[in-house]
Amino acid sequence: MIEASLRLARGEFSLAVELRLPARGVSALFGPSGCGKTTLLRALAGLERGAGRVALGDVVWQDDASGHFVPTHRRALGYVIQEAALFAHLDVRANLAFGERRAAGDGPRIPLPRVVELLGIGALLGRRTSTLSGGERQRVAIARALAAAPRLLLMDEPLAALDVARKADILPTLERLHQELALPIVYVTHAIDEVARLADHLVLLDGGRVRASGALAELLARPELPLARQDDAGVVIEARVAEHDGAYGLARIEFAGGALWVGRSERRADALGQRVRARVLARDVSVTREAATATSILNIVPVLLEAAHSDGATCLLRLACGHDAPAAGDARLLARITRRSFDTLGLRTGDRLYAQVKGVALMG
Amino acid sequence: MQGGLVSAADWAAVRLTLELAALSTGVLLVLGTPLAWALARSRASWKPLASALLALPLVLPPTVLGFYLLLLMAPSGPLGALALPFSFGGLVVGSVIYSLPFVVQPLQQAFEAIPESTLEAAATLRAGPLDRFWNIALPLARPGLLTASVLGFAHTIGEFGVVLMIGGNIPGRTRVLSIALFDHVEAGDHANAHRLAAGMVAFALTVLVALYWLNRPRRATGAGRTAP
Repeated sequence: MIEASLRLARGEFSLAVELRLPARGVSALFGPSGCGKTTLLRALAGLERGAGRVALGDVVWQDDASGHFVPTHRRALGYVIQEAALFAHLDVRANLAFGERRAAGDGPRIPLPRVVELLGIGALLGRRTSTLSGGERQRVAIARALAAAPRLLLMDEPLAALDVARKADILPTLERLHQELALPIVYVTHAIDEVARLADHLVLLDGGRVRASGALAELLARPELPLARQDDAGVVIEARVAEHDGAYGLARIEFAGGALWVGRSERRADALGQRVRARVLARDVSVTREAATATSILNIVPVLLEAAHSDGATCLLRLACGHDAPAAGDARLLARITRRSFDTLGLRTGDRLYAQVKGVALMG
Repeated sequence: MQGGLVSAADWAAVRLTLELAALSTGVLLVLGTPLAWALARSRASWKPLASALLALPLVLPPTVLGFYLLLLMAPSGPLGALALPFSFGGLVVGSVIYSLPFVVQPLQQAFEAIPESTLEAAATLRAGPLDRFWNIALPLARPGLLTASVLGFAHTIGEFGVVLMIGGNIPGRTRVLSIALFDHVEAGDHANAHRLAAGMVAFALTVLVALYWLNRPRRATGAGRTAP
């Protein structure tokens, strides 16, 4: 458990948060610029001094009640920023060794060859940092942080400076870190696609306050949150590959409450039984009262209308997959429909409907 | 060479000058580096005052500086017990104060050019304050360190007014090159004056060329990001 109870004022801006983040997986701090996500991350690292308490499990990093403050260089953490901040006077190997040499015995050591392999930077070791590309710099920065045996990895928009291609290149690496290292990561970003892909836990920040904090799938499916008002609002569903349809290049993924057909891709491993994460955007989901039969729509999922949230001309529906009374673990969908359709269909919460899903994106 | 082109007395002045410059530069680096680091990192309210005090030797006539130093060092002054006037030690003290801005300013600029994020990255990699200073800040400030050393050394060699006020003109003790040159000119000995003057010009030029050559911009240093 990562505990943070922090207050801090910088001119006009003030931060006041009470947070509990899981000690496993990726927690994303998400919000518009100026919402305080970077400040919060810096305060967790001790780079910024707020008032309050910060603890990682049983290790207390800051407790103002007892006058306890551990300076940054005595905290077993890794910190990666957008600009990478590599040491220009050292080559890549020496950059990695810098953290490794200073690693105290308090964090889980990952052997350097393993770090190098995970980040795919074996060919860069002898290079000067000034000759690296943006993506390479970021990989080295992450490797350097891991080499210092952190108990917590803090990342501040590590991909924000990269173009789309570099980003697509490095995202699978981050997913691998997530899957293969039992290292909690707090990840600051304003890109919802990174959140959808990497995060397990989501914290929505706005104006220095926590708007919501919870499991990713649960928060993404809440129509009343500002997230749901964005054009690319949508849910993520943790699923398992259950069936292949080789003739049509499709795979069926199963999850609590239903199943979906998705297009297979050569780039993506989707062996039977493999766990995958799927993203379904609200704008790609529509609803019908009767299950349509003569339709080109491949995915028609029985759902229960749980909640509706109207904002102007459109309406966001929260749908629990399955026609039975929804259980907490059942997958949720969001559907964006017009308010006129909502009224025409006479929708009410508790209605049994059919969701027509036009697009599903698999994410690793 | 002695008894050749340059007289023994002038050689003594050359040797004394080089000793003074070397010792002063050493003292300047030891004092100036932490001072420059503190000025570069500090946002305290005393910073403008400290910077102004430090820059005073740049704008004051050296004789003004020498005059006050002489008062300080006089037997009845606060530093009287050290018997500094008209001694080599007194010259070192004077040179250090006179050349301090030439050492501190390049160092301060070099330290200020180091991004805060680089030092913070070192902190997150378990480097404590001293560790960060020695292993990150100093190596990254190397060009500034070089400039500071050369400027401090060269500036001490060229010093005249301060030396004249607090050192006088005692052969082998306080008679440095610039004073010896002045002596020759006073005595109408233009041949010897020419040798010393030309030697100093050649020396200064060599030092500066070496400095600019060592600090010349090389391809893609540090901050630049190359295209992927």
